[in-house]
Amino acid sequence: MEANAYQIIWFILWGVLWGAYFMLDGFVLGTGFMSGFLAKNDTERRVLINTVGPVWDGNEVWLVTAGGVTFAAFPTTYALMFSNLYTALLLLLFALIVRGVSFEFRGKMDSSGWKSGWDIAITISSFLPALLFGVAFGNIFKGIPMRNDFATATFGYDGSLLTLLNPYGLLTGVLFVMLFAVHGSLYAAIKTTGGLSDRAAKMANKLWLPLLVVAVAFLGYSYPATGLYSNYLASPLLAVIPVIAVASLLLVKLFASKGRLHMAFLFSCLTIAFVCFTGVAGLFPNLIPSSLDPLSNLTIYNSSSSPYTLKLMAGVALVFVPIVISYKIWVYRIFRGRVTDEEVLGNHEAY
Amino acid sequence: MDVLMLSRVQFAVTCMFHFIFVPLTLGLSIMIAWMETRYVATGDEMWLRMTKFWGKLFLINFALGVVTGITMEFQFGMNWAEYSRYVGDIFGAPLAIEATVAFFMESVFIGLWIFGWDKVSKKVHLMSIWLVAIATNLSGLWILLANGWMQHPVGYVLRNNRAEMVDFTALITNPYGLIKFGHQIVSGYTVAAFFVMGISAWHLLRKNEMSFFKRSFRQAAFFGLVSSLLVAVIGDSHAVEIAKVQPAKFAAMESIWETQKGAGMNMLLFPNENLECNAIERLCVPNMVSMLAFHDAKAEVKGLKDFPRDERPPVLPVFLSFRAMVGLGTYFILASALAVFLSFRKNLEEYRFFLTVLLFSIPLPYIANQLGWIVAEVGRQPWIVYGVLKTAAGVSKNLTSMQVAVSLAGFTMLYGLLGTIDIYLLGKYAKLGPDTDLSGIINVQGRD
Ligand code: HDD
Ligand code: HEM
Ligand code: HEM
Repeated sequence: MEANAYQIIWFILWGVLWGAYFMLDGFVLGTGFMSGFLAKNDTERRVLINTVGPVWDGNEVWLVTAGGVTFAAFPTTYALMFSNLYTALLLLLFALIVRGVSFEFRGKMDSSGWKSGWDIAITISSFLPALLFGVAFGNIFKGIPMRNDFATATFGYDGSLLTLLNPYGLLTGVLFVMLFAVHGSLYAAIKTTGGLSDRAAKMANKLWLPLLVVAVAFLGYSYPATGLYSNYLASPLLAVIPVIAVASLLLVKLFASKGRLHMAFLFSCLTIAFVCFTGVAGLFPNLIPSSLDPLSNLTIYNSSSSPYTLKLMAGVALVFVPIVISYKIWVYRIFRGRVTDEEVLGNHEAY
Repeated sequence: MDVLMLSRVQFAVTCMFHFIFVPLTLGLSIMIAWMETRYVATGDEMWLRMTKFWGKLFLINFALGVVTGITMEFQFGMNWAEYSRYVGDIFGAPLAIEATVAFFMESVFIGLWIFGWDKVSKKVHLMSIWLVAIATNLSGLWILLANGWMQHPVGYVLRNNRAEMVDFTALITNPYGLIKFGHQIVSGYTVAAFFVMGISAWHLLRKNEMSFFKRSFRQAAFFGLVSSLLVAVIGDSHAVEIAKVQPAKFAAMESIWETQKGAGMNMLLFPNENLECNAIERLCVPNMVSMLAFHDAKAEVKGLKDFPRDERPPVLPVFLSFRAMVGLGTYFILASALAVFLSFRKNLEEYRFFLTVLLFSIPLPYIANQLGWIVAEVGRQPWIVYGVLKTAAGVSKNLTSMQVAVSLAGFTMLYGLLGTIDIYLLGKYAKLGPDTDLSGIINVQGRD
């Protein structure tokens, strides 16, 4: 089939949006589920929550946008991805809902039972999305059991939540959890002070080796379990993407062990984004392959919107995404400093 | 129940729940932006305290608006996969635009507003709340253009087994969507106005912080009067548009069975769907319906019997909801007019009965909003996209009723729990009243 340029542009943007989402919400989720291990008392908990306070919602909107863009640019993929993975997405939704309100509600009552209740909620509702996104993307890389006939628009799926919990899916889930745990610890280390910051930095250093092991296992297992490698074998130039991912992962350790935490965090961002790009580039031109029959694959050709819509949406993205990125950078710069105990205790607005 | 019915109930529950929080956000963001503007312009600390007090309530409400919105975004694909595939080409676009244009702006600047008091200048801080207010209203515009398209599809062709967009301009100038947007945002403002009036009334009844709450009360009364007048005016043109493009819904709203010229409006009316007639019809104002719908006393109004039975919406809920919404709308105009009048009296706190009525009126605009959506969505049945796709054809085919029953139960429990907590916290902080600790306020006045 003839691809039009817009289908390719939207495929790339689709990958970039997911990468941006994982990179940004990754540290919020990571800080969230690591907070129980990092913080020693209520003030430290509050400090951690306040490091992500100004940015968590803005980061989550990348997910809303990734969803919206899938809907607008690849409606058939949107429809089948979300309905086939129904139960997994449901759990994800519940977790994201609980996480969002926890931040707002936790500080609203002065009872230790209330607070520790929300602390548990934050831990679980941050851990679950990390795991579920990994499991979901592992299964997308691998292909899901669907049978589609595009000529007559009939679509079938014979899987369930259990189908998703295969070894490769679970390994990808663990990979995401580990990536976000290191990412979140580094973020906590650069945004806090004193003992909390030291503990977070130590934690990041400690978790790095297990992360490396999981990452190597993932790369190795991907060869038999998925078709991701075929694109790389066909056009070796593409290999720069996984190479950047692996190099960044090594640089994380290099900088973290020297105590240069900002650099370590930066490379952790790159690692996550490029792990995502590695998978997505391997999928092309599929968005979601079928594990039953290649003709059932959801591709950029058979699941995209009309050229008119793609072109229009490309215009919208071209104008607005740079604006969004500029004001996001501006706001991140305003909040660039570390969050201290005094600041949190003195501010009525703080979470 | 089958997947279809369960999915409909789930969509209704989650949508209506999202819509408990949205209208207050729409209106209160603007009121708070105005308070902060007054503070920056005059330096009067009372305005700052108002900004902070109402701002706290705003944020408690906002949190649930945000998290319930995410459900909405995913649900089209989860439960309405056939629909999403069929109309994604055109319906997905406004949703994606909403996220890029409105949600980013809203979420980034709300963060700056909450945490930025001592990090940015007063002017920048003020700008951030205005951007939040603009962005929330803008998000309403895009989602309502999307919903307006489902109500009155324009700018598309049926091709390749689906609806494809051919004219984006038609989508964003769709009168149905624009009127809906107009009606919707001012009805959100009405919610916020009655919210602020009601809480102020509670404190005035207890003689707490009198000057603080009198000022809040007056601002809200004005805002409420203007917006409830606009709600009615725009609502009327909404009905005109519906009579033109969705005659079956219009007939159900007025419970008119026979096609007639110069249709009158019965003040007392009760439909009987089985017998296809009205069980009660009393106090008829001649030609009134024709007048309202077409601005022409002799115009012909189509009756329900002119539509095949399976293309009629359920009459009773649509009819009753419409009547109740209009009735409430009339009440809001009267109540806010009286409130404006009394807010100029020095002894406002002595009108205890009226203040009590206002306190108990807080839920009413919320109810009017929900009723409005019942008119809009139930009245559109059996279509999911009017005249293009039936609701039954839009549901996901690969789900089992078990799956949807579990998710519906899950949503109901989770939302019930969070809603209860949220309302409890709103009540708690509303009763607590504004911070009196001025040192806290001086601290956070911001840099110049
Ligand atoms: C405070 C809330 C409120 C009040 C007092 C009113 N409305 Fe309303 N109405 C809404 C809140 C609302 C709403 C929630 O905003 C709806 C639901 C769907 C929509 O777009 O707006 C709506 C829908 C809605 C519809 C159906 C739209 C559709 O089918 O798509 C009509 C015809 C009207 N309204 C007309 C009126 C009239 C003539 C009113 C007279 C005073 C009125 N409304 C008061
Ligand atoms: C862009 C905005 C909206 C869209 C696209 C939309 C779309 C839908 C869809 C797909 C359904 C399921 C099919 C059906 O049963 O009719 C539905 C039903 C429903 N929606 Fe909406 N909706 C929107 C906004 C809302 C809001 C904000 C509310 C409530 C506050 C609402 C209330 C309902 C109700 C009550 C039903 C049930 C109707 C029935 O089952 O008979 N809708 N809507
Ligand atoms: C049924 C379709 C709808 C979808 C898919 C939807 C989607 C969303 C999403 C994803 C969010 C969260 C944004 C964030 O993370 O910051 C949200 C919040 C919001 N939505 Fe909706 N929404 C729907 C209906 C509506 C309607 C009909 C309106 C208004 C007229 C509306 C107005 C808002 C506003 C103002 C917010 C900001 C948060 C808040 O109000 O507390 N939404 N919505």
